[in-house]
Amino acid sequence: MPSRGSLHEPDLALHVEDLTVAYQSKPVLWDVDLDVPPGVMAAIVGPNGAGKSTLIKTVLGLVTPTAGHVTLFGRPYRAQRRRVGYVPQRSSVDWDFPTTALDVVTMGLYGRLGWLRRPGRRERAEAEHALELVGMQDYAERQISQLSGGQQQRVFLARALVQQADVYFLDEPMAGVDATTERAIVEILHRLRDQGKTLIVVHHDLQTVRTYFDWMLLLNVRVVAQGPVAAVYTAENLRKAYGGQIALIEREALAAGEARA
Amino acid sequence: MLALLQDYTIQTVAMGAAMLGIISGVLGSFAVLRKQSLLGDTLSHAALPGICLGFIVAGGRELGSILVGALVTGALAALLMLLLTRNSRLKTDAGLGIGLSVFFAIGVVLLSAIQGSGNASQGGLESFLFGQAAAILRSDLWIMGGITIAALGLVAAFWKEFKLVSFDPVFAASIGLPVVMLEVLLTVMIALAVVVGLQMVGVVLMAAMVIAPAVAARQWTRRLEGMVVLAAAIGMAGGVFGAVMSALGRGLATGPLIILAVSAVVLVSLLIAPGRGLLWEAVRRWRLRGQLEGQQVLTTLYGLAAHHRDPAYPSEQGSVDAFHGTATRGALATLQRRGLVRPARHAPESTRHWTLTPAGIAEAERILGAMGREAS
Ligand SMILES: Nc1ncnc2c1ncn2[C@@H]1O[C@H](COP(=O)(O)OP(=O)(O)O)[C@@H](O)[C@H]1O
Ligand SMILES: [Mg+2]
Repeated sequence: MPSRGSLHEPDLALHVEDLTVAYQSKPVLWDVDLDVPPGVMAAIVGPNGAGKSTLIKTVLGLVTPTAGHVTLFGRPYRAQRRRVGYVPQRSSVDWDFPTTALDVVTMGLYGRLGWLRRPGRRERAEAEHALELVGMQDYAERQISQLSGGQQQRVFLARALVQQADVYFLDEPMAGVDATTERAIVEILHRLRDQGKTLIVVHHDLQTVRTYFDWMLLLNVRVVAQGPVAAVYTAENLRKAYGGQIALIEREALAAGEARA
Repeated sequence: MLALLQDYTIQTVAMGAAMLGIISGVLGSFAVLRKQSLLGDTLSHAALPGICLGFIVAGGRELGSILVGALVTGALAALLMLLLTRNSRLKTDAGLGIGLSVFFAIGVVLLSAIQGSGNASQGGLESFLFGQAAAILRSDLWIMGGITIAALGLVAAFWKEFKLVSFDPVFAASIGLPVVMLEVLLTVMIALAVVVGLQMVGVVLMAAMVIAPAVAARQWTRRLEGMVVLAAAIGMAGGVFGAVMSALGRGLATGPLIILAVSAVVLVSLLIAPGRGLLWEAVRRWRLRGQLEGQQVLTTLYGLAAHHRDPAYPSEQGSVDAFHGTATRGALATLQRRGLVRPARHAPESTRHWTLTPAGIAEAERILGAMGREAS
């Protein structure tokens, strides 16, 4: 194990420096600096196409940046894989794939299992436990195409839970789910945070940012603002992030921000 | 029939066809689930230039070099397309379509060049277009069997990795799986399956052999395990069926018969597979439509009664028909059976009239209430 001295920003759950990402020469993220301390529940907020998903994918090594670097607890992602859980956007997979809810959750254990080993009784028990945590124990053997959107999202969350990570990245886990599921998900995420885990969540709903989260990143290709929600959630910052789409922002959301500012 | 099955040549062909069915069913399942049905098409068409090059290099119709050539150009085309679609905006199907055409065109040019050269041993090279099962030798079975077992072994060994890469490649990459390598491995294995099928069904029909058993199997199963096993079984059964049928009807080509057999299974599966088949879908829709129609007629009667401020108001069937623009007789009969409406007379008219029963009124109010809630 390298000494503490050789680590880069070991006290930060996530440290992103000078990150620039481009798809076919069009920059999607520009000179992004980001620090997230451990034990917070952080929202990544910004308009459509702001690069939120790309930021997560780059942190997880799924997209190669043109410039910049990323560390998690002082080390690059490659070295920290086992400490990271990931919930991709629900729409990123085909839910007509022939498999069951339990099977999808078990996939979260493949990384730990390694090559040539098959999931056995222990893995099954772990996956079942995770399904129970998200309230889906009765749907374990259900074909995933027969689950509602909210149920599919819970299955994805359960798959991340079995990863037993220290940092979780979730991409719009509350988009298109019913109110019950949203409440269940938030409760689970809060419980994880209270256990000292770090949660980094792409969130699409400005209205609920302040009730759900304690840390916040406002993103629109560049970082507009970051820090504790109370400091970042101002009318001024929201305007900067959403620019021309300002009409889309709920009036109350803005007004509330104004009152604080 | 028994004598037929003991025939050495037929045994050889049937065994070859069975192996082809198994390997294409298994690998085709992954291709279909990864939405790369065209991949089999590209791989097989792109094998043609390799067949010709193998012929030219060996200076004659020598199977070994022909198969290696087929494998090399087939895999080359597929990998080229994977690369191209990864690094440009080209959509996968467009990429595969272009690759297919270009490689096949080169193959046809080479084929005609060889045929024009007057090489004495050129005979039978075009049999790779549509296959010539009877030309298969016992010794060829060893090569085909070896390839099949190797492919099955790889799929078994990397089962969970292939499954995850097919379902959720992004998550697979996030836990450190070498996604590109696994995709290349799957592609190369499909190229191997194509090589196994070249002699049997030929480059033109081989794509159907990769896709059809998988598509049929998908209709019947809920798990990847079941799909792969069933696809292998369908492929195998189709292969043996084609081999036997062509032996019975002398002169009928084996390859096309195999393809027709598996295609028939696809057709039946698409139609009647429980839950997913078109027939089930039609029945479900028809039932739902019947239900909706009944609900609409019921609320129409309720509306008419409310309009006349008379819960027992008898509505004339003709006016209900006119309101819906269709015969409501059947729907009304169903409602009557459920005790929601009853026929009534409305003197002096002699036409049929209908009145809501108290149960019918309650049901109509429930339906309207539910609609109101949804709208709000
Ligand atoms: N694979 C890709 N190839 C090319 N452009 C992409 C790709 N993925 C995303 N983009 C583009 O990058 C921008 C940011 O996308 P994304 O990170 O998904 O935004 P967000 O998640 O904030 O909505 C968008 O303009 C999108 O069109
Ligand atoms: Mg996104």
